[in-house]
Amino acid sequence: MKNKLISLEDAVALIPDGASLLIGGFMAVGGPNRLVDELIRQGKRDLTIIANDTSRPTYGLGKLVVEKLVRKVVTSHIGLNADTQKQMIAGAIEVELVPQGTLAERIRAGGVGLGGVLTPTGVGTIVEEGKRTVEIDGTTYLLELPIKADFALVSAKQADLYGNLTYALTARNFNPLMAMAGATVIAEAEDILPVGCIPPDAVMTPSVLVDHIVTTAAR
Amino acid sequence: MDEKTLIARRVALELMDGDLVNLGIGLPTLVARYVPAGRHVFFQSENGIVGMSGPITGAENHDLTDAGGSPISALPGAASFDSALSFGLIRGGHLDVTVLGGLQVDRAGRLANWMVPGKMVPGMGGAMDLVTGARRVIVAMQHSAKGEPKIVEHCALPLTSVRRVDLVVTDLAVIEPTDAGLVLKETAPGVTVEQVLANTGCELIIAPDLRSMPIEG
Repeated sequence: MKNKLISLEDAVALIPDGASLLIGGFMAVGGPNRLVDELIRQGKRDLTIIANDTSRPTYGLGKLVVEKLVRKVVTSHIGLNADTQKQMIAGAIEVELVPQGTLAERIRAGGVGLGGVLTPTGVGTIVEEGKRTVEIDGTTYLLELPIKADFALVSAKQADLYGNLTYALTARNFNPLMAMAGATVIAEAEDILPVGCIPPDAVMTPSVLVDHIVTTAAR
Repeated sequence: MDEKTLIARRVALELMDGDLVNLGIGLPTLVARYVPAGRHVFFQSENGIVGMSGPITGAENHDLTDAGGSPISALPGAASFDSALSFGLIRGGHLDVTVLGGLQVDRAGRLANWMVPGKMVPGMGGAMDLVTGARRVIVAMQHSAKGEPKIVEHCALPLTSVRRVDLVVTDLAVIEPTDAGLVLKETAPGVTVEQVLANTGCELIIAPDLRSMPIEG
């Protein structure tokens, strides 16, 4: 069994400039904020970010935008990060706005091998532009395409040494969906436990999905 | 009573015992304070919890927040889950009521509340899913903004959904969108029908049983 533990520095060194990154978290709550800080320290650029929101300018992945490391962002909300809006209006960053539930399902579809999802959300609005529609039993749905990425960066409450993960409360959000849709999955966790400490029924992301576990922060 | 409190109190009367309810940011969050006694309502926060309640000072937890990232608490019986399940509740017809703010509502009862092109592009967040999927959509907003009516013939702003909302509660009136058009059901305390009409940008049908909002003092 391969040792999945990796230092923060080495984990981020795996990520090349121009990579696409699924980043867990909701307003950076449950976000892989140590990995994000290390992306900034190593100056990774031209990143494509897929995340629920771009947080605030000073917190979590919001800082990636402020540092101008992001080329494109696929997200549902940029309202609390004025930098994202400014760079979008200036043409410095490409922003694809996706309804939040659609974003979740597109990522899920990417991770579970579906060719897309049919959703009523966005029908008849500007979200429909350029998309195929499908009528089923008299209801019109948009065909929304799956999302995958080169890497998924997720944040867990607990990881065991195999990579089984649990999440706490509202810090779960997009993390388990993203852990299925990244070609390489890097997890940071508040606590790393010996194998066997997480009961099978408590595991939220099974270890087979996780490639690397970032070593715990020095305390 | 200020206008926002009036709106929140009137909307709260719409919440029934056992309802699963999602409140939008801003004015709608005030509604939670005024749920009528004896009605147990489950509040959802779309970042992944049913059973949220206000924060407990000194017991804030960085893993327990609302959709704006502010601390909350959880009631006994609460449940937390991922974003796909959270929006499955919303889109799948399991959410009884959503209360959302509005920029414009048109005569067909359609809501625009997520962007002002060229000025404010925050993104739709969960609003499009909420309006599309909730069993009941209640819009809670000021009747007019800077003297301009927010209830109009056609929304000039991009729509949140083509779905007709179920009720509009403002500081002046309660309006119900129907097949026939917008029906004026209630006026706020001390407000006349003429005042409502003067501040509305399209035709209103006066309900035969028009009444004053059942809100005291």
